Amino acid sequence: MKLSGWGRSPLVDAQVSVPRDLEALQKLLASKPSVIARGCGRAYGDSAINSSATIDMRRLNRMLAFDPKTGQLIAEAGVVLCDIIAAFLPRGWFPMVTPGTKFVTLGGMIAADVHGKNHRKHGSFRGCVDWIDVIGADGSIQRCSSKSHVELFEHTLGGMGLTGIILRAAVRLRAVETGWIRQTTIPAPNLKSAMTALERAQDSTYSVAWIDCLGTGGNLGRSLVFLGDHANASDLPTYRSLHPFATPAKRKLSVPFNFPCFALNRFSLRAFNSLYYRVGVWNRGQQLVDWDSYFYPLDAVADWHRIYGRKGFAQFQCAIPLNRSEEGLSALLQTVAKAGAGSFLAVLKRFGPQESRFSFPMEGYSLALDFPITTKNSHLWPNLDRITIEHGGRFYLAKDSRMSAETLRASDDRVGSFVQMRAESGWKSSFQSAQAERLVL
Amino acid sequence: MAHKFAALGHPIQLAARQSETLDAEKTDLQLRYGVPVTLHEFDALLMETHAQFLAMLPELPEVAVSVVGLMGSQERSERDHLLASCIMRSNYEGPANILALLANRFEERGSGTLVGLSSVAGERGRATNYVYGSAKAGFTAFLSGLRNRLAKRGVHVVTVLPGYVATKMTEGMNLPARLTAQPSDVAERIVVAVKRKNDVIYVRPVWRMTMLIIRLIPEGFFKRLRL
Ligand SMILES: Cc1cc2nc3c(=O)[nH]c(=O)nc-3n(C[C@H](O)[C@H](O)[C@H](O)COP(=O)(O)OP(=O)(O)OC[C@H]3O[C@@H](n4cnc5c(N)ncnc54)[C@H](O)[C@@H]3O)c2cc1C
Ligand SMILES: NC(=O)c1ccc[n+]([C@@H]2O[C@H](COP(=O)([O-])OP(=O)(O)OC[C@H]3O[C@@H](n4cnc5c(N)ncnc54)[C@H](OP(=O)(O)O)[C@@H]3O)[C@@H](O)[C@H]2O)c1
Repeated sequence: MKLSGWGRSPLVDAQVSVPRDLEALQKLLASKPSVIARGCGRAYGDSAINSSATIDMRRLNRMLAFDPKTGQLIAEAGVVLCDIIAAFLPRGWFPMVTPGTKFVTLGGMIAADVHGKNHRKHGSFRGCVDWIDVIGADGSIQRCSSKSHVELFEHTLGGMGLTGIILRAAVRLRAVETGWIRQTTIPAPNLKSAMTALERAQDSTYSVAWIDCLGTGGNLGRSLVFLGDHANASDLPTYRSLHPFATPAKRKLSVPFNFPCFALNRFSLRAFNSLYYRVGVWNRGQQLVDWDSYFYPLDAVADWHRIYGRKGFAQFQCAIPLNRSEEGLSALLQTVAKAGAGSFLAVLKRFGPQESRFSFPMEGYSLALDFPITTKNSHLWPNLDRITIEHGGRFYLAKDSRMSAETLRASDDRVGSFVQMRAESGWKSSFQSAQAERLVL
Repeated sequence: MAHKFAALGHPIQLAARQSETLDAEKTDLQLRYGVPVTLHEFDALLMETHAQFLAMLPELPEVAVSVVGLMGSQERSERDHLLASCIMRSNYEGPANILALLANRFEERGSGTLVGLSSVAGERGRATNYVYGSAKAGFTAFLSGLRNRLAKRGVHVVTVLPGYVATKMTEGMNLPARLTAQPSDVAERIVVAVKRKNDVIYVRPVWRMTMLIIRLIPEGFFKRLRL
């Protein structure tokens, strides 16, 4: 069947199997020369595609144990984050780290070592992972953690499925008193003030800035900065505090067809962007926001990726080290603004320190931009890549669908040892994705 | 199916052969939905044990769903009468027997819903699977009779005639995507049918039409078709 990531490009003809138990999974491993695991397919590009054997893990999705004292959940890798929240938020638990969509699997979160709006404070997903059971090409299962089989553990976190198949994992959830977030919105007229607001926000659990990409000159980097903390029971109005985890049911919107490309020209974007900015200015100050609207605003629009039209879209996400961030970000934003290719989502996050074998985050700033795939935009990529590399930055593989092997190597000096590790451990021949092939990993 | 009912807050009783293999499912259901879940040893073919099985349940359920079924190989069952008999009994006698016992208990209580998974294969015998199909035909007729008998006694019977469903039974078969449902679609449809007291449901609407047409083909013509 035709398979793609969330960006709907590239489309690859791939054989997909859906094992329903461990035995079926082991049989697949024994019969296929190379495989790649796939979760919900929320990575944007070709990370979870192997044309001859893609293994859809979503049937291996049982929750196996929960310890209400420590908040440790043991579950199979195919469990979806929204089910974890549905089961445990009513009991006072929330994920430690969550990406911007709840339709991701536990395996996918580990493999991409995802980050949330709290990276600065709590680091990436690895911080809540106690151990992982990884199944190798020979069908044997290794339990790895920061204490045993350390290399397997370290490379599996952020290893994009290229070290084996994650079968189960033990992850810790965070105790929360309510399902609500206290949000503060700060309008920032330009990049510098957005960064200052983020720098000052070190006490907030969550922080993120939404950037209007079409701002130029003095408006370059015009943003809304959103800070957030889990609300305590006492923060809620009385009528809510009786049911602190109940949040209003949302109407599900959907995008039923592919938008024609012209719907997204710079004028409609400009209107969209400045409207959003106004709303933010009206809403400045504190608000209570339910967890679903706060963390997963895009999930409310099913299939929103169709808004970018049939050709699909690509996301650009880079991280730039702290000391070069301001310079690098302005150069990136200037390039985008000049091209008039402003995207719906331009998201700026402040990352805290992180040491890891192959995970994406590093201390500094991360910028994510979406673009519809058009010829015009394809000229933009090399420039964005170059600026990122010049400023010592690197790229997020979970968002990548188009980078070259050379660009990756120029941006990340860990590639060599990752590739060597893959060769030495025999992972290279057994676990292979279209992305890994393109990037020669 | 258990997930959909548990999500509505129903306590779950899972009955199966080698029920201990369902331990992980049991924990999963309990963790996700916080409902009590119990496992019960049950073999549809061991009919003499069915009364005892019912007696051992912690409580008489509100809704009982039989998904028991066996496709078997049509070709082999043409030569092997033991296999043919096993297919017939697994799809008809066994499930009918346990539902009959439950029906009596539900009738006594004056409430309850019985759900039987039969098949569109029972709508007309075809060369490629008439052993299975004939048993499903019997089961469908049984369910219809049961529904008729209990209609005034507060007990409802739902007959489910799924078309193709992507399950263990059909693994490796080349099913047309448009006609194939996922197990969760079937479960969703059943939950709705139980609530709305539907009598006979097809999971994908195209099947109702398809089967109507297949039933209408004159036998003289039908017998020469390859279906
Ligand atoms: C709207 C949206 C918002 C997002 N926001 C964020 C964000 O804020 N932060 C962030 O970090 N990411 C974000 N992402 C990216 C997303 O979190 C990651 O791509 C994640 O890996 C997707 O999980 P998945 O289950 O869909 O995995 P897939 O997309 O199916 O797979 C992703 C990778 O994980 C591997 N994988 C999946 N399951 C297994 C397994 N069982 N064993 C081994 N490898 C496996 C695959 O091989 C592949 O390399 C976002 C994506 C979307 C669509
Ligand atoms: N899949 C389809 O396309 C399709 C189409 C129409 C109708 N159906 C019907 O839908 C129902 C569910 O089937 P499925 O597709 O889910 O296939 P399945 O996975 O093979 O399920 C059949 C179940 O019946 C159980 N079973 C068989 N004989 C039994 C016995 N003697 N005692 C107790 N349990 C027994 C099996 O248990 P074990 O696990 O122990 O073997 C299995 O769990 C069946 O009645 C089937 O005929 C299926």
